[in-house]
Amino acid sequence: MSATLEEGGAAAAGGAALPARPPFLEILSVGKQFGSFVALKDVSLSIAEGEFVSFVGPSGCGKTTLLRAIAGLDPATTGVIRQAGREITGLPPAARDFGIVFQSYALFPNLTVARNVAYGLRGPAWTRLRIAARVDELIRLVGLAEHATKYPAQLSGGQQQRVALARALAPEPGLLLLDEPLSALDAIVRLHLRQEIRALQRRLGVTTIMVTHDQEEAMGVSDRIVVMSRGRVEQVGTPEEVYRRPASAFVAGFVGRSAMFEAVVDASPGVLRAHGHVLLADAARGMLYGTQVNAFVRPEEVRLGAAAVAMPGAIRMEVVHLEFLGATCRVALESGRLRLEADATAEQLRKAGALPGAKVPVAVPADAVTLFPADV
Amino acid sequence: MSDATLGERLAVPGPGRGRPAGAPVRIRASLDERLMQAGLWLALAFMLAALALPMAFLLVRAFQDAEGGFVGLANFATYVTTPSLVASVWNSVWVAGVTTLAVVPLAFGYAYALTRSCMPFKAVFRAVMLLPILAPSLLPALALIYLFGNQGMLRGLLFGENIYGPWGIIAAQVFYCFPSAAIILSVALATADARLYEAAEALKASRARIFASVTLPGVRYGLVSAAVVVFTLVVTDFGIPKVIGGQFQVLATDVYKQVVGLQNFNMGAVVGMVLLLPALGAFALQRWAEGKRAATLTGRAVPYVPRPRRARDLPLLLLCLGVASALLGIVGVAAWGSLIRFWPYNLSLTLDNYEFGRFDVAGWGSFVTSARMAVWAATIGVVLVFVTAWLLERAPRATALSRWLRNAVGLLATAPLAIPGLVLGLAYILFFNHPANPLGLFYGTLAILVLNSIVHFYTVAHLTATTAIRQLDPEFESVGASLKVPAWLTFGRVTLPICLPALLEIWVYLFVNAMTTVSAVIFLYGPDTKPASVAVVHMDEAGQSSAAAAMACVLLAATTTAKLAQLAVAALTDRATQAWRRR
Repeated sequence: MSATLEEGGAAAAGGAALPARPPFLEILSVGKQFGSFVALKDVSLSIAEGEFVSFVGPSGCGKTTLLRAIAGLDPATTGVIRQAGREITGLPPAARDFGIVFQSYALFPNLTVARNVAYGLRGPAWTRLRIAARVDELIRLVGLAEHATKYPAQLSGGQQQRVALARALAPEPGLLLLDEPLSALDAIVRLHLRQEIRALQRRLGVTTIMVTHDQEEAMGVSDRIVVMSRGRVEQVGTPEEVYRRPASAFVAGFVGRSAMFEAVVDASPGVLRAHGHVLLADAARGMLYGTQVNAFVRPEEVRLGAAAVAMPGAIRMEVVHLEFLGATCRVALESGRLRLEADATAEQLRKAGALPGAKVPVAVPADAVTLFPADV
Repeated sequence: MSDATLGERLAVPGPGRGRPAGAPVRIRASLDERLMQAGLWLALAFMLAALALPMAFLLVRAFQDAEGGFVGLANFATYVTTPSLVASVWNSVWVAGVTTLAVVPLAFGYAYALTRSCMPFKAVFRAVMLLPILAPSLLPALALIYLFGNQGMLRGLLFGENIYGPWGIIAAQVFYCFPSAAIILSVALATADARLYEAAEALKASRARIFASVTLPGVRYGLVSAAVVVFTLVVTDFGIPKVIGGQFQVLATDVYKQVVGLQNFNMGAVVGMVLLLPALGAFALQRWAEGKRAATLTGRAVPYVPRPRRARDLPLLLLCLGVASALLGIVGVAAWGSLIRFWPYNLSLTLDNYEFGRFDVAGWGSFVTSARMAVWAATIGVVLVFVTAWLLERAPRATALSRWLRNAVGLLATAPLAIPGLVLGLAYILFFNHPANPLGLFYGTLAILVLNSIVHFYTVAHLTATTAIRQLDPEFESVGASLKVPAWLTFGRVTLPICLPALLEIWVYLFVNAMTTVSAVIFLYGPDTKPASVAVVHMDEAGQSSAAAAMACVLLAATTTAKLAQLAVAALTDRATQAWRRR
């Protein structure tokens, strides 16, 4: 974890998250247009060898379009893409070096698991013996040794996913592309498989790009994540950096859980006025008096009860309702038009007397408020 | 190259910097894409030569006189001022209208029984329903003549009326069109969403109200499709009015009379254009209904499973029994008639009528011609149709030209549905018989019959192939490309094996239709290439109705055998190649 933190710091210092290693995949000012619709606009990105990078964003943000441009399935219309120093922007897919796993897996239903995995092993270098050995190795690697002679329809969703992974990895591609590989699976299998994919990727050291709409999944497995919105890159960084220091209001709202409220920068430094309340925010220090801002506060940062009273600037808010999440409860808080959310353990709630309808002291640490100027 | 400068310009990559986008990327097409594109161009060339050009010739001829001079609308003026010709337009329309009104409710009841009841023997009823599709359209007309003709055994039931005329045509058409309507309606009825019925029941709607508010709206486009298909089939059919129409003229017989009887190709072309109108209108209406129907289906629908209910199942069973015995009865009468020595005076049985050499110069040769034609049409057709459908679905659409090409081929592939066989046949004579056409050497050969059959029945085969291909994952070729496997290899190793059942179905469809069609080939056969269906018409014209019935029965036997063989082969190959379907 400390390693990623360090990397995150370095990347933040660079501003554009350029890793120290020479880039394996370079994407320079790539654009893609479908008729008059701009699907990608001026996307630039570098990915180092062996990195696991995720593209996240809501549907229609261009993440799959970017992946397909890298694969050459729908080439980019402008810009340059280089892989291992070679320009590949306009090359057909077969002239590139990648393996891909689709959301639907696209397994060949009439071929057995073994023959699916062997599908790309062609040409003079691949003798019958070598193919058999490679297929055997991969099927073992993904833990499907006893299913080699079965057909895809006879496997579970998670097993099919592994076959697709083995098939993509069989010809030893330099780049592995995963297009929403887990979204067709149920929650438990998903969690398990994403860890498995990550472990496999670490072991093989293959540079990997995963597209997903699930930011939690992306943060869980990636070295770095690329947050996209409306065809643009909003932020590139380690999961921690993106979570702690979102580069835009979009990222702050999309990644992780936040309460958002409108506020105005007050005359005294580091003070916000929001719906009649006064809040302390370090981020407001450099801002001009009267600036309209959108403020984001993560629920785990909000303090309740005695912990809040001990802090400067505590306010009283009404508990609207409680959502039980297991280890913690999410408390919806309201005071006038100001709304916040707080995560607290059952113990903390009991101490603070936070029952629906009750008024409790609430405080937000001054360094936990993220601000972005409001669009005027 | 400009790469270096571009690289320099973008030395600091980062988001959100308002930099103008770089020069357009030159996209290199892969060999696969170029081959697919070339394949589509070939398909376009084939369709232009075999469909668009002949139809253009027909169009031009309608505006020419016999010497080839341009006469503007003179032919059309002659047409609308000839009372007998105008009368047949009305005749065609009302006969088709009455047939539609009779067939659609009957077919709806039958299809409803098959899909929404718990009556027994559904499989048998389903098989019997298909019988008329396998028979040449002449067969019911011949059977009706046996029963109600001048020497018919049930003639007394007509109270002095005559079967030769509109009512004979309608009766025969009802038989001939029944399966087409029943198939469409049973497909429409089979795709019901059980959740709608559960919701209606939970809201305490009565059965009649559920039928009116759930069932009927769910199949309304199916009803439109069925009505349109039946109407078009009747207007464009030639065999039935030829055999049982007597002096009652309809559009289809007019074309034949103008071309074969009067050798007036220009007027034939004009009538052909008129015949094209209802078919084109029906085609447009059909496409509209198809689009609407597809939109009403959602992937999450829960299939409706009927529960037994005597008050519904028993009447429906009786209806099906009635319809099925009528269908079997008509075929039975034709078969029996073909075995009678001399109707109605000597009812002893004989096989003499099957010695076709006694009635027609070609004898059994015409059956051999039909079989050869049908096998060739089915075999060449299935390859052509399937490869073209695959190219249409999978060829690249990156450039405007490739999208145009795709649309053009797609349109030409669905156009034959709107062209009556008689019109296509006429277009073929005008095109291939033209002295300046180098393809003229095909005229009168088996090849032109094969070509005509493929084009005439292209659309349904194309739709079957397209449906099968669309069920495949669209990323198969992408996976292949990422693994550096050429598209043709993925086509051979994955697409073809999975679509084998659809290929078989297309083959049999083309075979059956090529065997039984009259209208598509009646202008095109040569002295050595007379198909059996045409021989039926000729023997009937010559008054040898027993021999005509015998030949129709031979055709029915051949098509039934093909259909049964399809089922058997499908069952066998299913075991060998479709093992992956089983879980």
